[in-house]
Amino acid sequence: MKKKLLSAAGTVFFTVLGLIYIAPILIVFMNSFKEKVYINKEPFALPTEKTWNGIENYLTAINKYDLLSSVGWTVFITVGSVVVILVCTSMCAWYITRVKSRFTKALYLLCVFSMVVPFQMVMFTLSLVADRTRLNTPWGIIIIYLGFGAGLAVFMFCGFVKSIPTEIEEAALIDGCNPVRTFFNVVLPIMKPTYISVGILETMWIWNDFLLPYLVLDLNKFKTISIAIQYMKGSYGRVDMGAIMAALILAVIPVIIFYLACQKHIIKGVAAGAVKG
Amino acid sequence: MEKAMRRYMPIFVLPTFFAFILGFIIPFVMGIGLSFCEFTTVTDARFVGLSNYVEAFKDTIFRHSFWYTALFAVASLIVINVLAFALALALTQKLRGTNIFRTIFFMPNLIGGIVLGYIWQLIFNGILSRYSTALGLNEWYGFWGLIILVSWQQIGYMMIIYIAGLQAIPGDVMEAAQIDGASRIQKLFRVTIPMMMPSITICMFLSITNGFKLFDQNLSLTAGEPAKMSEMMALNIFNTFYGRTGWEGVGQAKAVIFFVIVVAIGLIQLRATRSKEVQQ
Repeated sequence: MKKKLLSAAGTVFFTVLGLIYIAPILIVFMNSFKEKVYINKEPFALPTEKTWNGIENYLTAINKYDLLSSVGWTVFITVGSVVVILVCTSMCAWYITRVKSRFTKALYLLCVFSMVVPFQMVMFTLSLVADRTRLNTPWGIIIIYLGFGAGLAVFMFCGFVKSIPTEIEEAALIDGCNPVRTFFNVVLPIMKPTYISVGILETMWIWNDFLLPYLVLDLNKFKTISIAIQYMKGSYGRVDMGAIMAALILAVIPVIIFYLACQKHIIKGVAAGAVKG
Repeated sequence: MEKAMRRYMPIFVLPTFFAFILGFIIPFVMGIGLSFCEFTTVTDARFVGLSNYVEAFKDTIFRHSFWYTALFAVASLIVINVLAFALALALTQKLRGTNIFRTIFFMPNLIGGIVLGYIWQLIFNGILSRYSTALGLNEWYGFWGLIILVSWQQIGYMMIIYIAGLQAIPGDVMEAAQIDGASRIQKLFRVTIPMMMPSITICMFLSITNGFKLFDQNLSLTAGEPAKMSEMMALNIFNTFYGRTGWEGVGQAKAVIFFVIVVAIGLIQLRATRSKEVQQ
């Protein structure tokens, strides 16, 4: 009886704590429907008839600040980079684990090394390289992300490839499969869990990344969501709090949908990445 | 097998290798080189020896940002890990709805730094305006604001790692302690925590490196206000590059110093995890 009571009290406690935990997002959500002048004054008050602004803030964010095209570019960059990173680095990791030479060993060590280098170390020179090579577009930035994100991905794929027995691949090769077909028909299906883990880690990183696209992209033409929000806040003149609230909500919604759709994989992937990284 | 594969090297390795050279090796090597030069664009770089480093160490705001960052990293490490560990312990008990609670506590971790900063700016300024003050008026408001922000963001993440660690403790060890008559507190300090040392080391180093590298949240929450006093190292480096012309070399030198600090922390971590592995 006492145990049951204690457990019920625990559930109540955590329900309250959970509500407090998501309160910041709910408060922003609530404010996104208020008129901009009332947001800074009374951020915790519920919208009243006087302060209610309907979806006007969302329309401003979309029309005046062109937020939908930012969302579009962010989706394009994230999906493109993650697909390219997954395909290229998994192939690379399989090769450098199976073929032992000085070159592959050096490449592996360099990849591990690149994981500890903070972005500030290369940010200035990287933006120069991107500018010179005309990679300052959403298409070009995919190559930059492949280069800068290769370290973690190669490292995680290598860790998994080492645990796969070579007999299956050898059998395929002896049966006359060339290495490329062997990779896609035999190795790739075995590595599926690692693809999911790496894919989720890279997705979360690239979707939320601010500084790399800020320095690399040609900002007159292309902005990601994070950059667009920073521009709304940092722009000269009056800051439109209403539009910012709407933009924050538009930035958070895709993340929450993505999270609820595949939370099991996300939590697993994050734990795997942390233990190895 | 190796022979058959070698012929296909270009298909497997070259795309990644090429991008890696472009996106990492060249910027890194150039970065080291330019830290010894004075330049505004690379073509006018002129070798000046160590003077950029001297300039960087002389910069009082940079030194301030180092201590501010170090203090922040340690404080956030303690707050995040204590709370995450407590949550992990509570949520591995027999409670109704633990899965939903885990889902909720983990969620903020997926939101980007810029968005997080503006969410919390609204809330902190809403509270502080009642006392007719604001976040940007005191460096310690910014400090504790950032601590709350990163705790909100990272507690769920660390909690997941701790839960995985707790679930990996074999049941018979706990049973043995139970039979020997250990109290709850004794079990926690004598069995659970020693068995959890690998997870604890990982989480501690994750939070300390995250603390040092913090940038987006710092930029969006306080942007260094008041007068660069809440500026952390990463933001200070950014502002040196892009805020003052002629200081690019000094910015690069600061970046190298920053890199050395982060690598040093990583090396300490490697030794700590290795020595733990030997013990077990």
